Amino acid sequence: MASGTRTLALRHQFASAEQQKDASTLGMWIFLVTEIMFFGGMFCMYTVYRSLYATAFGAGSNHLDVTLGAVSTVVLIASSFTMALAVNSAETGNRRALITNLIITILLAAGFLVTEMWEWYQLHQEHLMPGSGFRFEGPDPGHVQIFFSMYFSMTGLHASHVLIGIGLLTVTAIRAARGTFPAGYSTPIEIAGLYWHFVDLVWIFLFPLYYLVARHAAHG
Amino acid sequence: MTDHIVSKKTYALIFATLLVLTGVTTAIGYVDLGRMNVVVALAIAAFKGVLVVLFFMHLAYSRRLTQLTIVAAFLWLSLLIALTLADIWSRGWIVGTGK
Repeated sequence: MASGTRTLALRHQFASAEQQKDASTLGMWIFLVTEIMFFGGMFCMYTVYRSLYATAFGAGSNHLDVTLGAVSTVVLIASSFTMALAVNSAETGNRRALITNLIITILLAAGFLVTEMWEWYQLHQEHLMPGSGFRFEGPDPGHVQIFFSMYFSMTGLHASHVLIGIGLLTVTAIRAARGTFPAGYSTPIEIAGLYWHFVDLVWIFLFPLYYLVARHAAHG
Repeated sequence: MTDHIVSKKTYALIFATLLVLTGVTTAIGYVDLGRMNVVVALAIAAFKGVLVVLFFMHLAYSRRLTQLTIVAAFLWLSLLIALTLADIWSRGWIVGTGK
């Protein structure tokens, strides 16, 4: 029967550890493809509305705090970097570094959420949260409200992914600390890493599309 | 497949590049390039995204099957956006039906 390399982590339906890892990686990517289409529908909606109401989008965008947006981008990219380091630590069998890097990643993810919630709070104070309390003094408030509806739904969906990611990484860190993963078996960390980098990937597009629409046109 | 371990140095290099590009895209946002603003912003975002996918997500070292899966995803996404825009932008071209 199966004559491939057997490891502790090899399940019996796979011929080799290599085949098992390929299956896990492809399976995770298929899931991420569905996520790309999930977010993709919203990016499509964004494209349509921005092409129709470019001026209102610019006016709405200039009420977002670029500094906060840029800081949260840097924090999220940094968390992706420490996640990559965690994968490297797992592959090289350095459990202590793996746990440390996972914890730093979780802390950075929490930091990202704090900056984002601060932005939401500010928008709420400025009455820019869509709904009955929405007030916008400039022209075309209706379409500006569409901008903010989309801002909150897309960053909200993204934030929920950050939350899920924090949960996933926490479970992974606990399992690593308990020594659940045999030496040389890094697949669970790599799979969790794929999810986390995907969250980073989405934000890389959200940042310019929401924060940098019409910066050049307005100050203050 | 490949038990290719990406080195910390490679990760650090990608990280530094991503940080620089974040600074660049923010700075360019304040320069008036007319319609090119959005093009430049998206080009930088796409380049950052490719770096993340290829190196952080190891697609550069993955099997061809995995690579094709991702390419197919973005192909479908571009179809989704392109055909939707084709609909939206062409409404009203035919007199009497659209607004």
